[in-house]
Formats: sequence, C-alpha cells, structure tokens
Amino acid sequence: MYIDPHIHMVSRTTDDYQRMAAAGCVAITEPAFWAGYDRSCAQGFVDYFGQLTDTEPKRAAQFGIKHHTWLCINPKESEDIGLAREVLAEIPKFLDRPSVLGIGEIGLNKNSRNELVVLEEHIALAKSRGLLILVHTPHLEDKMKGTRIILDAIKAHGVDPARVLIDHVEEHTVRMVLDRGFWAGMTLYPDTKCTPQRATDIFEMHGTDRLWINSAADWGISDPLAVPKCREEMRRRGHLEALIHKVSFQNPQTFLSQSPNFRLR
Amino acid sequence: MSGMSIPLTPHQVVDQYFLEHRAKVLDIAAFLDRFDRAAAAFGGADSATTDDVRVRALCAALDLLRDGQPQRARRVLELWSDHSVDPIPTAHTKGAIGAMPLPDAKR
Ligand SMILES: [Zn+2]
Repeated sequence: MYIDPHIHMVSRTTDDYQRMAAAGCVAITEPAFWAGYDRSCAQGFVDYFGQLTDTEPKRAAQFGIKHHTWLCINPKESEDIGLAREVLAEIPKFLDRPSVLGIGEIGLNKNSRNELVVLEEHIALAKSRGLLILVHTPHLEDKMKGTRIILDAIKAHGVDPARVLIDHVEEHTVRMVLDRGFWAGMTLYPDTKCTPQRATDIFEMHGTDRLWINSAADWGISDPLAVPKCREEMRRRGHLEALIHKVSFQNPQTFLSQSPNFRLR
Repeated sequence: MSGMSIPLTPHQVVDQYFLEHRAKVLDIAAFLDRFDRAAAAFGGADSATTDDVRVRALCAALDLLRDGQPQRARRVLELWSDHSVDPIPTAHTKGAIGAMPLPDAKR
C-alpha cells in the first residue's frame, strides 16, 4: 500500500491508473502544472481546474484510488504577471471543492523577478486561507539558487514550514530544506531528478523524517510506477518494511492530513 | 546528519551495483568518443579543448569523482549549479541546460 503524492494524471492513460492500483497505490495528489504549452488565457486554467477537481477524482475512483489536488498557475507560465493575476483571481472559486488540499505546485523555474512576484502572491493566498503549500523547485543548474530564494520568500511571509512541502530535492538541496523545518519531496524521474538508488542513498544519509518520494509522472518520459520501484530498491538493500512504509505511506499521510480535505476513504 | 542504518556491507554494495555502474562508465566513455569523432569529422574542438559548457562540466565532474573526498553527488550538483543569488530580470526561456559555465580555475 502506498501514496504517490505528486503525479500528473491528466497526462496519463486510464490503464496507468489500473497498473498503479495493482501495484498498491491507494491515494495520489495532483498539483497544477505546465501542460507542455502556454495556455492563451485564464479560461484555459479554469477548464484545467475543473478537470483536476471533477474529472480526475472520478477517473481515479474507478480503481479505488483517492485523488486530491493542488491549484495554482505554475512558475513556467508566471513570467506574464497579467495572466498570472487573472488566474490567481479564479483560484478561490475552486478552493471549497472537497478534494483541494492547497496551493501548488508553485515555485520558480528560471528564478526571474516576475516568477518571484507570482510566487509571493500565491504564498499570500495560501496563508490567508490556511492552505497547505506544495513547491516546485527549478530544474538542473537553477535548482540550488531557486530553492534558497523560495525558502527565504516563504519564511518572509511567516508561513509555518511544517505546512510546506518543497519538492524535487536532490543531494545539494535536501539538507537546507530539512534544516529550516520544511518537508521535502524526492522525485523519481529519469535523467533530470533522482533514481530509486539515489533516493535510497539520501534516506540513508539524511534519515526518513519529513521526507517523501513521488513519481511526478507527466507527459514527458516518466514512470507512474516509480514509487513502488523505489520501495523495491529499499527492500533489495535490506531496509525494514516499517521504514519503507513510513516513507511511501505514513509520511505523505502525516503531511497531507494537515488538510481537513485529505481522506483515504 | 541523522541518517538511517546502512544495511549492505561494502562487498554487498559491489555485488549489487558493480555491473550497473560499469555500464554507466562505458556510456560516458562512448559519449566522449562520439563527441571526438564528430569533432574530427566536422573540424571542431575535441572534448579536451571544447568550449561547450556541458562537455566541460561533465569532464570537471569526472575529475571530482577521483579526488577521494566524500559527498561526491552533492559536490557534483554544486559544481554544475548557478551560484548567483539575485533573481534574473526576465526569464527568456523555460529550459535549463544542466550546467553553468565553469569558472576558469575549474576548466
Ligand atoms: Zn509536477
């Protein structure tokens, strides 16, 4: 039994749901993200938020998987502040839907000034509504710098770091995230993020508190079964079942249960 | 750091992972060979003299792996990272290439 707390099912087929259920997936959370192209207007995001809060929970339920979501305009589409503010104005209309956990995946992409402005406005919205936050950290060479700027921005807004998950951490960012009291997510994604082997190494080096794993499977080359594959890697090394259960079920359950909307049944 | 127990002995680590990483070393060797053959065919600089930021970053990381110090994965990622602190004025692209240009001392 496991939870994949970051996966983009709008980009996946229904037989992925079937395979995930067969592998033991009982719940997922789906952050709003970039679709691989820029949407031309705020209405494109409104339709997407409808898909996330209405269509996907029904599709997941067919396989006994509980679906939750996070809403935002993602950092890759945040350079246009005018569009971002139009989308931000639409988000509150969806926040009362029963499967919404909070604001995400917000963050930075190229660490630009406009991205930071839009990030701060999302943080303010989450804080005013008492919502959890799920953060996307930048890719590759931009990750370390962006992670620092993001942590500073969240702290400056006085948000409790225990209610914020900083995702896509790797060896060079995991420590700063945990040391400042945040939760951290390791993404098991080919080529650009962690392998199951490196994620297991990071558990061995940094412990299993406030740390989870996810697939972030989306429209790119990615693997909706990455979480069970990492569980297998931990098992192959001889790690205890209780620890494997902790990182792939209990930790996400503990963090996500801070939202009254998180339910496993 | 408060890590968890390390279940595998050094010998078991080698038994479980040697072939996997042997193959990855060969992939890097073949990549550099491929680059050099292309350089010879098209008249460009080879992997030892190229200005390509990514090839230089990869070769610098290979040097780091052999320095005998711990935390290699973290240090490779730091080597390839942007160390500036201020937000950039404008994002002109969405993508990242995987490594920053190295300071001259690390070339
Ligand atoms: Zn994502």
